[in-house]
Amino acid sequence: MLARDTETPLLKTPLHALHLARGGKMVPFAGYDMPVQYAAGVLKEHLHTRTKAGLFDVSHMGQIALRPKSGKVEDAALALERLVPQDILAVAPGRQRYAQFTNTAGGLLDDLMVANFGDHLFLVVNAACKIEDEAHLRKHLSEICTIEVLADRALIALQGPKAASVLAKFCPEASAMKFMDAGPHRVDGVACFVSRSGYTGEDGFEISIPADQAEALAAKLLDDADVMPIGLGARDSLRLEAGLCLYGHDIDTTTTPVEAALEWSVQKSRRTGGARAGGFPGADVILPQFAHGAARRRVGLKPEGRAPVREGAALFADATSAEQIGSVTSGGFGPSLNAPVAMGYLPASHATIGGTVFAEVRGQRLPLRVSPMPFVPHGYKR
Amino acid sequence: MTVLYTTDHEWLRIEGDTATIGVTDYAQSQLGDVVFVELPKVGRQLKKAEAAAVVESVKAASDVYAPITGEVLEVNEALSAEPALVNSDADGKAWFFKLKISDKSELGGLMDEAAYKAHTA
Repeated sequence: MLARDTETPLLKTPLHALHLARGGKMVPFAGYDMPVQYAAGVLKEHLHTRTKAGLFDVSHMGQIALRPKSGKVEDAALALERLVPQDILAVAPGRQRYAQFTNTAGGLLDDLMVANFGDHLFLVVNAACKIEDEAHLRKHLSEICTIEVLADRALIALQGPKAASVLAKFCPEASAMKFMDAGPHRVDGVACFVSRSGYTGEDGFEISIPADQAEALAAKLLDDADVMPIGLGARDSLRLEAGLCLYGHDIDTTTTPVEAALEWSVQKSRRTGGARAGGFPGADVILPQFAHGAARRRVGLKPEGRAPVREGAALFADATSAEQIGSVTSGGFGPSLNAPVAMGYLPASHATIGGTVFAEVRGQRLPLRVSPMPFVPHGYKR
Repeated sequence: MTVLYTTDHEWLRIEGDTATIGVTDYAQSQLGDVVFVELPKVGRQLKKAEAAAVVESVKAASDVYAPITGEVLEVNEALSAEPALVNSDADGKAWFFKLKISDKSELGGLMDEAAYKAHTA
């Protein structure tokens, strides 16, 4: 008997045909048919991004415009601050900031980028969360903002040390941008939103472009000898080496920003004693953790051997103890380090840099060193 | 010398009572860049279909199963030092382990090259 087909058809990004034409090996991801790698393979794609430039299709992510009904962008910023622990009011026009939507338990509903485009805010959210995020925004902010999902735009990431010189050929003013600058720019004559940011730890850009113009721009960027198309496989190994969280794995509804070692992303103005302290879901859980610490913490983990330690591996204090103390939330092989890398959660008592814990892999206990992140230094142009 | 294949994309080179086992070129192309190989211990008694070795790419870990029952006679230590051999020479230098064949009748269930080619076509 045939299995009943309950799967909904996979969605396609505006670059789908380009992926197929370039030999992309397609896999389902967050409801989209996406390239996990191209012919070069994950290892070469990863290393190429670290030394030259990689082009990533991230059009599956959600792009949302938050427009203040008053016409004052400050009103949209203050409204959004009711949902995130970040200082959005302080995001100057032309700048972008990393943020998280929190729940009442202090957990994370999603992580996102928030840019100030002068008269409105521009949000980029995770593909797997974008429907819920839109509903969340509509439920809480509709009185103050109109919420427009920009479904007709693609998102192209150009990442790596050569990204700036490549993009400059199509957008000269991109060279003057600094890390986390964001705003409207013409790229090859097309009206785009460009930010100097990304998810690889390298210098780079994310380019939001009208869907019908995306393939032409991607093809032109790929014509540059420095640029190679990069799939989701290398995107994951690059962000892991950069120590960046993957939503649904390293952070989720059960992890607070403090547990996730994301304190740096919560500005003082929103913490206890700040000008706009609290006022976001879960503040009663999260803010005391700034003062007293959390019971557990996300840490970098470097396996001492060659064997990768993958997501889900149980962590133990020593080679024999029966009591599990934590879990690996992301793990694999870091091509730039030529060694396995992982991150996971440990009790505060064990989350000390330089300490050793053990992961259970195929019935064996493998030692891992608690390590600082990023594993590979960031190349941001600050 | 006979070369046989499994539906799990392993090859077996049969020489007398010894079977040398590796993964096929098709398998390595599906796995992608191999970064780690875990081999069985010499002397281990493997049962047919038992997980015998592990091959890991950047993205994922895959088991290599014992295609037949037998004792591990020798393993290819070169793979520990240079896992990428699996990508560059799956059918040759990147053999995984050698088994002393326990039951030759188990070979009857395996494919010859023509049948394997049809299987992967």
